[in-house]
Amino acid sequence: MPEEKQIVPEEPGNEFNRRAFFVKLGLGSLSIAAAGTLTFAYQFLSPNVLYEPSPIVNAGRPEGYAVNSVTLDVHSGIYLIHAQEGFFALSAVCTHLGCLTAWKPELGIIACPCHGSKFKRDGEKIEGPAPKPLPWLQTWVSVEGDLMVDRSANIRPMQFVRV
Amino acid sequence: MAKTIKSYFEELRSTRVWRSVFRSGTGSSTLHRALAVQQNVFLHLFSTKVRTRMLSLSATWYLGTMTFGTFLILVGTGIPLMFYYHPSVPQAYADTKDLQFVVSSGLFLRNLHRWSAHAMVFLVFAHMFKVFYRGAYRPPREFNWVIGVILLLVTLLLSYTGYLLPWDQLAFWAITVGSNIASAVPVLGSKVHFLMLGGNMVNANALLRFYVLHCMILPLVAMLFIAVHFWRIRKDGGLYAPQSESRTVTAEAVPAGAKGAQ
Repeated sequence: MPEEKQIVPEEPGNEFNRRAFFVKLGLGSLSIAAAGTLTFAYQFLSPNVLYEPSPIVNAGRPEGYAVNSVTLDVHSGIYLIHAQEGFFALSAVCTHLGCLTAWKPELGIIACPCHGSKFKRDGEKIEGPAPKPLPWLQTWVSVEGDLMVDRSANIRPMQFVRV
Repeated sequence: MAKTIKSYFEELRSTRVWRSVFRSGTGSSTLHRALAVQQNVFLHLFSTKVRTRMLSLSATWYLGTMTFGTFLILVGTGIPLMFYYHPSVPQAYADTKDLQFVVSSGLFLRNLHRWSAHAMVFLVFAHMFKVFYRGAYRPPREFNWVIGVILLLVTLLLSYTGYLLPWDQLAFWAITVGSNIASAVPVLGSKVHFLMLGGNMVNANALLRFYVLHCMILPLVAMLFIAVHFWRIRKDGGLYAPQSESRTVTAEAVPAGAKGAQ
């Protein structure tokens, strides 16, 4: 019948028919659902509450640290150093790949057992592979007179705390 | 009339129950033997026919088969180990010790698991080099090479996630270092690190995540890709058989139009 042929045009530029519409609708819905699933998965896998130790560490009374002493707290991963100029705290976590460094009193340096990075007592890098010096951590004296260190707050070097 | 064992088997194979399970029919004809492979859900991944010379040791050194063998040993020893291992901070190390010193055959299972894991990594690399130097990665097998690379990565991830589970000093620092390497990824690094460990440090969340990855997700991914890897061997024309030198010379002498005849 000639009328039906007019209803179904076959020119290449006019191919949007019912099937194409439903294919686009189906793929569109699937893409939205996939994006939603990815978002949900990302949010689900990122914990909202962490049961990790607090970043703020109470290092105890300042009198407990002799002048020119370097004290490593293994559990919190910090050095408390009593220099001539005053107290300061260094992160003991190597800036290379996160190993716990160790103070070598016989050499007067901080060394990393994993890949051999070496640092001076003030955190400055002596040799690699560590890319950065050990960061200085915010240190203050609490109202009770205890030395406090915030492991999550890095400060510029050479800011000593005098008690 | 004395019945032989063979005749009992033939009787069994002609029963209705047997025929309902194995529908390819009995008989030693080429057709029946081919059907036995082709109509089995596991064996149909493989070719029904193989060149005899491809079955010789020199052709493949059986490296892929041996890799799959170690994978089966790892599944077979890993599942029993899961019965005694709790992926929690207070228990993981003690459970590992118990497996070593208290559980019957625990030492054997754990050591077999560990040595097979080392062997699998070695065999995967050996298999890769063998395929590379024989030129078996070339078209039409290039996609199977890509699947092989995915399987190599899955193998390494399985090794890496399994490394944390004993929860000893070696495990803790290895995963600390490894996860810090992941955080060197540009832009996304710290997010990848956080998602991987489920926190900022290697702790209870990290142990549980690595356990789930090691015992569930990665083995399933490995099985899926192993199945595709085997199936692609058949689909890509069977094991790669290099042409002998004389045939290459003959092929060069034949005009381009007549190549189809060979």
